[in-house]
Amino acid sequence: MTDSTTPQSKTRVKSASDQSKWSMVGKDPYQMPLEQIDLSHPGIWQANEYLPFLERLRKEDPVHYCADSAVGPYWSVLKYKDIMQVDTSPHIYSSEPTIGIVDQFSEFTLPMFIAMDPPKHDVQRRVVQPVVAPANLKILEALIRERVSRILDGLPVGEEFDWVESVSIELTTQMLATLFDFPFEDRYKLTYWSDVATAIPGAGVVDSYEERWQAMQECLQYFTRLWNERVNREGGNDLLSMLAQGEETRNMPPMEFLGNVLLLIVGGNDTTRNSISGGVLALNEYPEQYAKLRSDRSVIPNMVSEIIRWQTPLAYMRRTALVDTELGGKQIKAGDKVVMWYISGNRDEEVIEDANKFIIDRDKARQHLSFGFGIHRCMGNRLAEMQLRILWEEIMARFHFVEVVGEPQRVYSSFVKGFTSLPVKLHRH
Amino acid sequence: MVKIVFREHDGTEHVVDAKEGASVMLAAVTNGVPGIDADCGGACSCATCHVYVKEEWLDKLDAITPMEEAMLSLSSDRKDNSRLSCQIQVNANLDGLEVETPEFQY
Ligand code: HEM
Ligand code: FES
Repeated sequence: MTDSTTPQSKTRVKSASDQSKWSMVGKDPYQMPLEQIDLSHPGIWQANEYLPFLERLRKEDPVHYCADSAVGPYWSVLKYKDIMQVDTSPHIYSSEPTIGIVDQFSEFTLPMFIAMDPPKHDVQRRVVQPVVAPANLKILEALIRERVSRILDGLPVGEEFDWVESVSIELTTQMLATLFDFPFEDRYKLTYWSDVATAIPGAGVVDSYEERWQAMQECLQYFTRLWNERVNREGGNDLLSMLAQGEETRNMPPMEFLGNVLLLIVGGNDTTRNSISGGVLALNEYPEQYAKLRSDRSVIPNMVSEIIRWQTPLAYMRRTALVDTELGGKQIKAGDKVVMWYISGNRDEEVIEDANKFIIDRDKARQHLSFGFGIHRCMGNRLAEMQLRILWEEIMARFHFVEVVGEPQRVYSSFVKGFTSLPVKLHRH
Repeated sequence: MVKIVFREHDGTEHVVDAKEGASVMLAAVTNGVPGIDADCGGACSCATCHVYVKEEWLDKLDAITPMEEAMLSLSSDRKDNSRLSCQIQVNANLDGLEVETPEFQY
């Protein structure tokens, strides 16, 4: 969510901090002292070298303390069951002030219920949740399918292109525009606002909190205008009309409204985008699974869950301990940062059989950690699954093979696990 | 064995012999009853094992724990007879229990 994968910022992705003293790129995870392992640094994530570090920690120190890092001291939780315990104990592990590893001190933070504790969290979530309930999603399905089809039909066959730019980003942006019934020609604003909303000033997207605030003001004005158009209009199946016309939501204060709208945009932006790319890569790395898919398309819903496990689009969520507590035999102090590495729990062989294999017809595929669990469990999880299901149904209806023809480039982030480019070539049936 | 009746949203009925000590969720999943996803595998943390319990059985169930209440209270489809089926333990007193699954789990 926080990263700079918009086209205009692509150039700064290769960062000088690869040479930073914090980077573990190129190091052997088993040849360094445990306490020096620092998963928060983006280096190993961009270089795709993170798995052996996670594996060593799961085996040797599953609740791991990193005393010194560029983002300060923090705990890492590596095992499925410990992650579940943290995620389901909001009275011990708070989602406030933020769910990213970096504390952001700013009066310009929008209220979003992903970073609130009960009872405030519950009240806001209850109000917004119905707009992404399955009954409403059904209504949007036909329109999403139409737009997916149009994008896929416009792709070149037999020549190399970047799947991330032409499909993953384009599709996600169009889907967001569809969900909000947002003016189609302005749809790239949605992706921009999503990047800005979570950007840390100075990291490339914006230079200062003031600049970020200005962009957010523009966003607020735009959405307020759409709101005013829709509030007195009958019907409309888009999320915005539902918010504007809903009994519980129509009198929401402006900042709360903006926070909720942005949470829906941000929540569904990079996550869906990187699941779209990650699925293509996984099927290329496991050709026998691709063959399985070709012989039986009814596996698609199950495959979608497996893709989301395999990709784990958000590598972690962070909590802050409210009281002194114990986890996995370690003493955690009130105020400590605690990071749940979903990406590691999703590879935990104690809970998930053959966790290091991509298996599209896997038993209990839905029981992955990628959406979190407990009261903050991803509110858009059914929407994300629906989008990916439609996409794969339409891909399989057209193409025999989406072939990866070059090295993928990965996002420079330990939070957003994703791709900045993925060169592919399409082959028809 | 304890008899449990699952009724789908469209009325389709499934009668299952459940083991004492297991959860109602597990009885559904192991017997291939549709309409229960159980994404968290019974950890009371996903609410995708939501069922509506026929009124006359409500008193026979264990009380709702704070954790179950927290998950249930976030559901847009909650009713007075809502329960999470992974939190209902099968026992002899529940022989003949009837529950209905909602149209969607989420
Ligand atoms: C594959 C795609 C997605 C993944 C992997 C994902 C992942 C997550 C995770 C890990 C959380 C936090 C869970 C926790 O703290 O325990 C979350 C929360 C959330 N997500 Fe998603 N998400 C995805 C798609 C979406 C979409 C499409 C939307 C748009 C509606 C969305 C909206 C939200 C919201 C509103 C929350 C906050 C829930 C709360 O705090 O109660 N997500 N998501
Ligand atoms: S199975 Fe997840 S709450 Fe019951």
